[in-house]
Amino acid sequence: MAFNQELEALTKAFSGHGVDEKSLVTILGKWDPLERESFRKNTPHSFIEDHERHFQRWDDHYVRLLKHEFVRFKNAVVLWTMHPWERDARLVKEALKKGPSAYGVLVEVACTRSSEELLGARKAYHSLFDHSIEEDVASHIHGIERKLLVALVSAYRYEGTKVKDETAKSEAKILSNAIKNVHKKPINEDDEVIRILATRSNKHLRAVYKHYKEIAGKNLDEDLDDLRFKETVQCLCTPQIYFSKVLNAALRIDVDKNTKKSLTRVIVTRADIDIKDIKTEYHNLYGVSLPQNIEEVARGNYKDFLLNLIARG
Amino acid sequence: MATLIAPSNHSPQADAEALRKSFEGWGTDEKAIIVILGHRTVYQRQQIRRAYEEIYQEDLVKRLESEIKGDFEKTVYRWILEPADRDAVLANVAIKSGKNYNVIVEIATILSPEELFAVRRAYLHRYKHSLEEDVAAHTSGHIRQLLVGLVTSFRYVGEEINPKLAQTEAEILHDAVKEKKGSYEEAIRVLTTRSKTQLVATFNRYREIHRTSISKKLVDEESDDFQKALYTTIRAINDHIKYYEKVIRNAIKKVGTDEDAVTRVIVSRAEKDLKLISDVYYKRNSVNLEHAVAKETSGDYKKFLLTLLGKEE
Repeated sequence: MAFNQELEALTKAFSGHGVDEKSLVTILGKWDPLERESFRKNTPHSFIEDHERHFQRWDDHYVRLLKHEFVRFKNAVVLWTMHPWERDARLVKEALKKGPSAYGVLVEVACTRSSEELLGARKAYHSLFDHSIEEDVASHIHGIERKLLVALVSAYRYEGTKVKDETAKSEAKILSNAIKNVHKKPINEDDEVIRILATRSNKHLRAVYKHYKEIAGKNLDEDLDDLRFKETVQCLCTPQIYFSKVLNAALRIDVDKNTKKSLTRVIVTRADIDIKDIKTEYHNLYGVSLPQNIEEVARGNYKDFLLNLIARG
Repeated sequence: MATLIAPSNHSPQADAEALRKSFEGWGTDEKAIIVILGHRTVYQRQQIRRAYEEIYQEDLVKRLESEIKGDFEKTVYRWILEPADRDAVLANVAIKSGKNYNVIVEIATILSPEELFAVRRAYLHRYKHSLEEDVAAHTSGHIRQLLVGLVTSFRYVGEEINPKLAQTEAEILHDAVKEKKGSYEEAIRVLTTRSKTQLVATFNRYREIHRTSISKKLVDEESDDFQKALYTTIRAINDHIKYYEKVIRNAIKKVGTDEDAVTRVIVSRAEKDLKLISDVYYKRNSVNLEHAVAKETSGDYKKFLLTLLGKEE
């Protein structure tokens, strides 16, 4: 390979999700000091030129980011081998620590797991953190999101097929009225909306979703402005669409740290559940296959690992 | 300390046959029902149900329902169901009637978190709705928040106490409950999510600060359902033996006697701590609980209750 090509390859090896370990070994590993200096001079966003003293130093911030990329594979491995209950308990704890920007993960865990899986996560939470999930969610979250989030993590929904269509219809009406009246009463203060979303079975809520569309002409999640409520409806009624959207957002170049992490989280937590359906939905929504997107944006062992997990479905 | 007297081995087949015999012929031999079922543990009773079904291809519970009547039948029915199933039935009755919310509070606070989940499972199985779904759909406002929070709790079980938390949360309870200022929501959060050990520490701290127990003078004739349920929550968590003694004392004292309450306390605690409740009863009323029950009840109902209380023939 010509040196210019090697430069390009190495830059690529460091960009994206994870790092291309092989390229680093084969290319970087054989470069002499001049070639490495050339590399430093040609990647100004990773190195800072000290014109006065004539040397180039690593940008500290970039080195920190690099650390995350090297460790992305390790985190995926650890998360994949973890018991699903521990995994969900830790995801919740981490989200609580991170704050409001991460509360979507709480919704995701509470609404896309089976009733027994959620119970398992609550048990694991006791064991790991000496508190109950609802205790920590309730005491960490003081704002308007608390009511909904506590209710969601405490649910133990019916999972059978019995649905009273009459009730689903009337509850769609309740939701429609609540949404029309948000200027008078914000949706996160509406106890009836929270009751319906946090206690009804998935099957029931899908019937409500269907009736809502008939009444209001739009999808329920589209008409909800509050992000948490929107996510709740998406996770409960159209999970594959929800997960596709999360994945697509994570697979962009230059996304923030937390959004990037959701790639690992979604793939590891859905690989055994519905990754096949998610792949189909992803293709429907974006016209490109999920494996292909991952191929473009992820690197090295991390990339290979994810592709393997997806291929199992 | 249980009051139930049961042999260490029994033959479920022989018991099933003896019960069958008691149904045959003219009328029913209630004495046999009392002598057998009144002296069997929960495990033994379920074995008898299975043996009866195997031998006679008939549901023992349904047969009993048709053979006996009145308070006796109600008591035997509650006694022969599995405890989680029985509590699911009691909860459903309380929800549908809109009275006796204290029954729901009892189930949610006195049972262990695992036992509460067993009730939630039994409820799903029987009614094809989750317990919280039905509680929420039949209540509103503060009582709903409290009851849903209680039935969905999965409290941490441990001996650790956080004294600072006990202090701040004692104040939260004081503001909300006694002063009627502050927010009920915070009080509900504390009571429905903290571990029982932590809550007892909080109630003790309250007593240290305010020189009076938190439940004193919490309710009067004008209290609404919410305040009554709040009171029950605190008393049941703080000392459920004393709580049950008061329930059964009031039930017996009442003109006409509240048989449902008497039955509930005796049936649900006979294998747990009815002896302790009975001791407290004697200390407080200078009358044996057995004698009080014997005085206020009659017939087979009385005989069955006394058998569960450990009265020898």
